[in-house]
Amino acid sequence: MHTKTIAQLAKGLQAGDYSSVELTQSYLERIKQHQNLNSFISITEEQALTTAKQADQALAQGNAPLLTGVSIAHKDIFCTQGVKTSCGSKMLDNFIAPYNATVVEKFNAAGVVTLGKLNMDEFAMGSSNETSFYGSVLNPWATDTVPGGSSGGSAAAVAAHLAPGATGTDTGGSIRQPAALCGITGLKPTYGRVSRYGMIAYASSLDQGGPMTQTAEDAALMLQIMAGFDPKDSTSVEREVPDYSSDLNNSLAGLKIGLPKEFFDAALNSEMAATIEAAINEYKKMGAEIIEVSMPNLKLAIPAYYVIAPAECSANLSRMDGVHFGHRCTNPADLNDLYIRSRGEGFGTEVKRRILVGTYALSEGYYDAYYIKAQKIRRLISDDFNKALTEVDVIMGPVTPTPAFGLGEKISDPIEMYLADIYTIAINLAGLPAMSIPAGFIDNKPVGLQIIGNYFAEAKLLNVAHQYQQVTDWHQQTPKGFE
Amino acid sequence: MSLTADDVNKIAYLARLGIDTQDTESYAKDLSGMLDLVAQMSTVDTDNVVPMAHPLGQVQRLRPDQVSEENQREAFHAIAPQVEAGLFLVPKVIE
Amino acid sequence: MQWETVIGLEIHAQLATKTKIFSGASTAYGAEPNTQACAVDLGLPGVLPVLNQEVVRMAVKFGMAIEAEVADYSVFARKNYFYPDLPKGYQISQMDHPIVGIGHMDIDVDGQTKRVGVTRAHLEEDAGKSLHEDFHGLTGVDLNRAGTPLLEIVSEPDMRSAKEAVAYMRKIHELVQYLDICDGNMQEGSFRCDANVSIRPVGQEEYGTRTELKNINSFKFVEKAINIEVERQIDIIEAGGRITQETRLYDADKNETRSMRSKEEANDYRYFPDPDLLPVYISDELRAQVKADLPELAHIKRQRFIEQYKLDLETATQLTSSRQLADYFEALITESGCNAKICSNWVTVELSGALNKQNLDISQSPVTHERLAVLLKRISDNTISGKIAKQVFEIMWTSADSADAIIEAQGLKQITDSGAIEAIIDKIIADNQGQVEQYLSGKDKVFGFFVGQTMKASQGKANPGEVNKILKEKLKR
Repeated sequence: MHTKTIAQLAKGLQAGDYSSVELTQSYLERIKQHQNLNSFISITEEQALTTAKQADQALAQGNAPLLTGVSIAHKDIFCTQGVKTSCGSKMLDNFIAPYNATVVEKFNAAGVVTLGKLNMDEFAMGSSNETSFYGSVLNPWATDTVPGGSSGGSAAAVAAHLAPGATGTDTGGSIRQPAALCGITGLKPTYGRVSRYGMIAYASSLDQGGPMTQTAEDAALMLQIMAGFDPKDSTSVEREVPDYSSDLNNSLAGLKIGLPKEFFDAALNSEMAATIEAAINEYKKMGAEIIEVSMPNLKLAIPAYYVIAPAECSANLSRMDGVHFGHRCTNPADLNDLYIRSRGEGFGTEVKRRILVGTYALSEGYYDAYYIKAQKIRRLISDDFNKALTEVDVIMGPVTPTPAFGLGEKISDPIEMYLADIYTIAINLAGLPAMSIPAGFIDNKPVGLQIIGNYFAEAKLLNVAHQYQQVTDWHQQTPKGFE
Repeated sequence: MSLTADDVNKIAYLARLGIDTQDTESYAKDLSGMLDLVAQMSTVDTDNVVPMAHPLGQVQRLRPDQVSEENQREAFHAIAPQVEAGLFLVPKVIE
Repeated sequence: MQWETVIGLEIHAQLATKTKIFSGASTAYGAEPNTQACAVDLGLPGVLPVLNQEVVRMAVKFGMAIEAEVADYSVFARKNYFYPDLPKGYQISQMDHPIVGIGHMDIDVDGQTKRVGVTRAHLEEDAGKSLHEDFHGLTGVDLNRAGTPLLEIVSEPDMRSAKEAVAYMRKIHELVQYLDICDGNMQEGSFRCDANVSIRPVGQEEYGTRTELKNINSFKFVEKAINIEVERQIDIIEAGGRITQETRLYDADKNETRSMRSKEEANDYRYFPDPDLLPVYISDELRAQVKADLPELAHIKRQRFIEQYKLDLETATQLTSSRQLADYFEALITESGCNAKICSNWVTVELSGALNKQNLDISQSPVTHERLAVLLKRISDNTISGKIAKQVFEIMWTSADSADAIIEAQGLKQITDSGAIEAIIDKIIADNQGQVEQYLSGKDKVFGFFVGQTMKASQGKANPGEVNKILKEKLKR
């Protein structure tokens, strides 16, 4: 049962092949069995079984929504009412959210069961899941390597079949990079497509929630629930949500694929390049046309990102001050002591680095040189993509320069860690939708192919991804020990 | 661009962020590295570029002026570090 | 040395919306602590702000009223600092693109009209309140006020005396109430101001170092605070000292200003555009709508009253000091059919006097314009005299009865029957022969004596016109 996709499970539940309670119990057992992966921060067993029972009742009555009774898990960045929502931080270790994120609310309304809350880099800052207060998550494909981050718990859980799907968030690659490193499918929608309400903010102008699943077909089903306008989020877009499943089987004959030459330079090792090339060849076989495009400002994406994201986070995390919720130090001598010690104790090293850089970049005398400059570069990068997307339907390339790296390998060198996000960060700056799909293995470690589309072209991306998954089986591989 | 331990302490105070004294040097080093990375931005001329704050050129939506929130003090105070008589408590504020 | 005072004001007007600027929580005053602070106001993790449309409309209205440039598009920014009454660690305010740009306000001081420049007016959220009464040595924080919309109106440093500053503040106070965008209640903190004060030798162009006097919430205190601060600055400079640029608090009990330590740390607010909010565009449609809804402003109304009703400047100014009072006056004219002179007298003298005595606002007047109109009609149709009317008015103030009912019940109807009046006058003439002789010998003044006696004998009810007429006839013989 646990290797089935969401689409298959939904069908089985609707047909009465098994109950939601049975399904939920089976996943809960697997989660406990594989706790060594450390992919979950909280397991919400009791609530899951209650919801599953209700789902079974609804299924018995007929007319239950499509995904009723299917179980998923949420990245611990999404607020869940009555359940700890830690964001991977000591700061929120005692934070029981008093409300649901809109995304959570939507899954609840759709009858979907929540198994628990998934591990993540602290406040979504990291690319290896090693910055979590709750410890590293192991990559099920090679447990001495990282699962990627920040949605590392989500990727590992789906890859290990501890849940058929999970929510993730992506600020600079946090859905796509762990999806690539764990061999699953991840979709970062267009900025504004999925509500950010109740999704704890890292960098507000870049954050976007999305699905992490085994297949593109499943991603379409989850996105169908997640997407849509939310009056509680000013940056949410008032635009009709299309049927994401209806275009999955469209032919790709004549599809124009853009390959940015900057994606295939020296930084990409030859094995990675070969794997991506092989994937592109599959598309050629399906009748796609390959066109070289150029992104001259791509190299500036990381510098611009490391101004904009820290600047926004430095303010976003100011509310974590030990006054109204969250961690408070013991016996503060005075108000400043309360702030300084609560925040000093509550935040980990990577979060502190980014708060400090952001604070510096916004401070008097530096604002124009850093923040305004970065926003101008952001425009240039966005223009590069928009120009390319007038010539092609989608842009393809790698997600990461290498497959999963070793635990502890890069954590002591933050800059090296940042540089590994070169292929994903620019997409967030532009606000475009992008996917990562499994495209092969190097030394038994998964490699992801990135597909980038125009604004609101999620259905197109899913179609392009699904067609590849019809002719390949990389997405069907299961890591050893998790069959 | 290189920051000193003293710079780090100043920024940390602005952000009310406690940093262990023995870690200050290492933060100074990391932050300097980040600023070096960021300095690459100056290689491109952006004089005539309009800063981009959001991906889509959207406009702020306005909400009708209608009360939609009910009193949830009890729920909010249940997760607060220290409350009394309906108030959040903090060390004495001197004006 | 002769010193010149330079003053600029930053006025904070709470906008009279039902809900907060960025949340749907109520702004009603006086609720139990923290019962009107929702998740957005508390800045809990994951919550997001959504702008209240009424706030934008009110700001545009103010901008148009001071003939300012209303921005095409306006941006919200985060002002970063840590304080317990600021739950997010930043205040959402405006920096580079305020909603209202350069405008002006004319003030009248000592018979002179002076134009004070308004630099800008921007929207922001109010903070909560810190309560310093003792909680075992701790401070309590109430966040009900957090997120209440404020319009911060920043003037140019154009004022040269505390008197001018007060005149300007009063004009803005009057305006925001006229526009119905602020209740102007200073006790509740709906209208308060910070004053930037500096001095310079007369004739010097360069400004002196200024101090900022924070959170003054009465006209009286603004005047006192500025005067005492100016004295302090003069004393320091004349003793060879220098003024420190700082924030100071006015202590009304001691009538002194003192430095605010908590605000003295290096302020680096790290303003940047709030990424949770998008730029606000002011549509032509909204502009047209606001323009059409714009009420007649005080100075225009005053001019119209002078011309249309032939009132003197003082009366017109008094009647237009609040929109409700002016509306009351005009409704009274329409309903009573009396002339403007009588109506303005009643409103400015009897009514205003009674209101002042009990410290009531016109909207709280127990005598509505409908009730007062009936009374004035009874004067004009000679049912009662003006003097009796004042008596009736006093009764109306504490009773719900109509003027007619009171006149009837108290038997106050004027005696217009000339036979009855003649009988009273005959008796008075008979009883006061000495005065009659005086009058007949040319002492015209004695005439008043007879009028007085007649009125007294009739308990004020005799029609004064009739009395005059009959007396003149009888005394001729």
